[in-house]
Amino acid sequence: MTVVESGHDLGSNRGQIWKSLRSSTLGMVGAGILMLMAAAAILAPLVAPHPPTHVNFGLSYQPPLTRGYVLGTDDLGRDILSRMLYGIRVSLQVGVLSVAIAVVVGVPLGLLAGYWRWLDGIISRLTDLMLAFPFLILAVGLAAINGPSLNNAVIALGVAQIPIMLRVVRGETLRIKASDFVTSAEAMNASGLRIMGQHVLPNCTSAIIVQATVIIPVVVIGEALLSFLGIGVQPPTPSLGIMLSDAQQYISQSPTAAIFPGTAIVLICLGFNLFGDALRDALDPSNANT
Amino acid sequence: MTDLPSADHQALLSIRDLRVNFGDTEVVHGVDLEVKAGERVAIVGQSGSGKSTVMSAILRLLPGSGHITGGSIVMDGFDLTQADDRAMRDVRGNRIGLVPQDPATNLNPSMKVGAQIGDALKAHGLRDRVSRKRRTIELMDEAGIPEPERRAGQFPHEFSGGMRQRILIAIALAREPQLIIADEPTSALDVTVQARILDHLQTLVDDHGTSLLFITHDLGVAADRTDRVAVMLDGRVVENGDPQEILRNPQHEYTRKLIAAAPSVSATEGVARVTARSQGVEKRGALEPILLVQDVVKDYKLRGQRGQTIRAVDHVSFKVQRGATTAVVGESGSGKSTLAKIALGLEQPSAGKVLINGRAFNDRAARKELRRCVQPVFQDPYGSLNPTFTIERLIDEPLRIFRMGDRTSRRTRVADLLDQVALPRNIAQRRAGELSGGQRQRVAIARALALDSELVILDEAVSALDVLVQHQILKLLRDLQEQLGLSYLFITHDLAVVRELAHHVVVMRRGQVVEEGGVEEVFTVPQHEYTTGLLDAIPGASLTAS
Repeated sequence: MTVVESGHDLGSNRGQIWKSLRSSTLGMVGAGILMLMAAAAILAPLVAPHPPTHVNFGLSYQPPLTRGYVLGTDDLGRDILSRMLYGIRVSLQVGVLSVAIAVVVGVPLGLLAGYWRWLDGIISRLTDLMLAFPFLILAVGLAAINGPSLNNAVIALGVAQIPIMLRVVRGETLRIKASDFVTSAEAMNASGLRIMGQHVLPNCTSAIIVQATVIIPVVVIGEALLSFLGIGVQPPTPSLGIMLSDAQQYISQSPTAAIFPGTAIVLICLGFNLFGDALRDALDPSNANT
Repeated sequence: MTDLPSADHQALLSIRDLRVNFGDTEVVHGVDLEVKAGERVAIVGQSGSGKSTVMSAILRLLPGSGHITGGSIVMDGFDLTQADDRAMRDVRGNRIGLVPQDPATNLNPSMKVGAQIGDALKAHGLRDRVSRKRRTIELMDEAGIPEPERRAGQFPHEFSGGMRQRILIAIALAREPQLIIADEPTSALDVTVQARILDHLQTLVDDHGTSLLFITHDLGVAADRTDRVAVMLDGRVVENGDPQEILRNPQHEYTRKLIAAAPSVSATEGVARVTARSQGVEKRGALEPILLVQDVVKDYKLRGQRGQTIRAVDHVSFKVQRGATTAVVGESGSGKSTLAKIALGLEQPSAGKVLINGRAFNDRAARKELRRCVQPVFQDPYGSLNPTFTIERLIDEPLRIFRMGDRTSRRTRVADLLDQVALPRNIAQRRAGELSGGQRQRVAIARALALDSELVILDEAVSALDVLVQHQILKLLRDLQEQLGLSYLFITHDLAVVRELAHHVVVMRRGQVVEEGGVEEVFTVPQHEYTTGLLDAIPGASLTAS
């Protein structure tokens, strides 16, 4: 998962972090959900009982557990289970990649803005600019230039989250910069970049993780929105978002077509949140001795 | 006003064989303590001795998994260990008032102070708004707050630390309790403010005939101001009696240690030691000083007010001789910490110069050179060590920055440094969170020594420590000075510890030097009345008298 790779040197503490993670029941539940989802995404071509795009008008709106369709079929008679397995694939991809963009760009910029006051003016004004610029317009613009695709949706969603990640890291940096251990490092003639990387960043990790776990549900839903507008994933490729928005139209006839992909989105978000919480606690050095 | 029981000897609060557990671990092992009506009793002990746990047990406010497992706490014939929550709420505040430790966090920042005192009065049953207001102003006036009518409408952040503590005292007294528990009420304050607050608390308590249970780590303060002292160690009362008797003839080894460690007591002894040391220094005195501060001025721009500045340091000059210690003493706001930052090259003086070994922090190369000679040790051992680093990584950080040695040689160096500061080598792989305050401060000292620094800037380096730990760290600093010929710039608000370490003293007030001289001169014949005030404020006059 991207969040873990956000530059934190786990060092010899690794065993301890692992132990702390293992001892958190909720964290393990979260990890279990995520592993299940990841397995579904990876193994989708192998385990899906039907091709996800196979249309069968004679068998539309089937309830669950009929004629070999475990979760039933949608308005075009496509197998909901198979579409969900492929849809989870898209959602996880969007979640992880967008967060990766937000972290890779937002964290370094946040550190720079928080640590060097002279850069803060420039970076923060740019951030304000980005916040004022609706991400939907960015997504439409990207789609207009490159044609609608999943990649463009990921870029638009990720870029939209950069200012939020940046502000969180900047705030943490301002706080940590005022601490005595940073002053000590300055008195040792450590360079600004070194202080940011070695002293500030590791102490920001928990804030970054919390922010990342908040971002993931937002972008998973965001992908649904973009796909619904036709500038995200292109039909007939299934995604949880498309399934959910399609099912709105016939929710009175076949509520299960909305319930199952909805549940999958909830589970993905829950998994990331639970695991993120446990990870944050495990990485917090002030809990290390307990 | 509560009527006092006719017999003076009747106990107001009587604790018998009190046992308290946290989880399954017993932390208070059978404490007996008695407070008579109108009596002032002190519980003295270092952190972890269980003194605050006893206090919380009396109020039945034990945190987390803490619970009373045995014994009784009888107040006025009423066992508090058996009382239900409803009864306890009445006891807290109405019968026992608490003056908490930290005035910064114990007032609601978004509520006017008058309203906070009013709240206590309301809880006491004073329903009428007008009389509540009148009583609030009376209480503030009693607590020594000037212009109480105007200031009742102000918020806590508009008050200084000392004034906030007075408000907390007013809140505690508002409900006219029979007993006041003061939990280290002044440890967050400057010495002179501390003395004024304690005097005031004492007067108020005496006037009202209230009993006082005073919790402190400072035997000096306790002996000065109470009728009886109970010394606690590891959850037990090891000594209990008349303070003068305890000082003169301590029965328990721990009490003897506490008395020996109290800075004010060892002062005479300290002077002898300093004299011996300064003779050694004078031989080297002909050399140029390691730190020369010449006519330094530092102005800060005031936020939001164009062109307005505030002068933090005002034409200050002094020097630190090689191998000697110069102490800079002053209250908060005197500019002493700004001076430390200037000496470390972290701030540029607005005027004047700072020379280390004859060189100034002019350019990048000079900064690099000088920072190898000068290293800081800060006040807060919790904030000055990066919590994500191991101890080894913390200590070898300066070596890494200066690209000195390889992995193995750095490891050896860290082991040597741990030996020097008397820490076990096996803590190298632990993190700062697992160490005690004293151990952390040793780590900070080891880090300051890693580059073979010649000058160490000690910015309140022992102020946050318990008396005994403080004593040990001061001893370590003296030993290191002797072995390595280190020079110290010792910045502190506490004149008592100055005598243990310094050769020269510079007294600062509002950015200016008011007095400067050898430590004996300043202590025995202070020239400036401000210095006299500081000296008088040192707690433990009765310690020295004995």
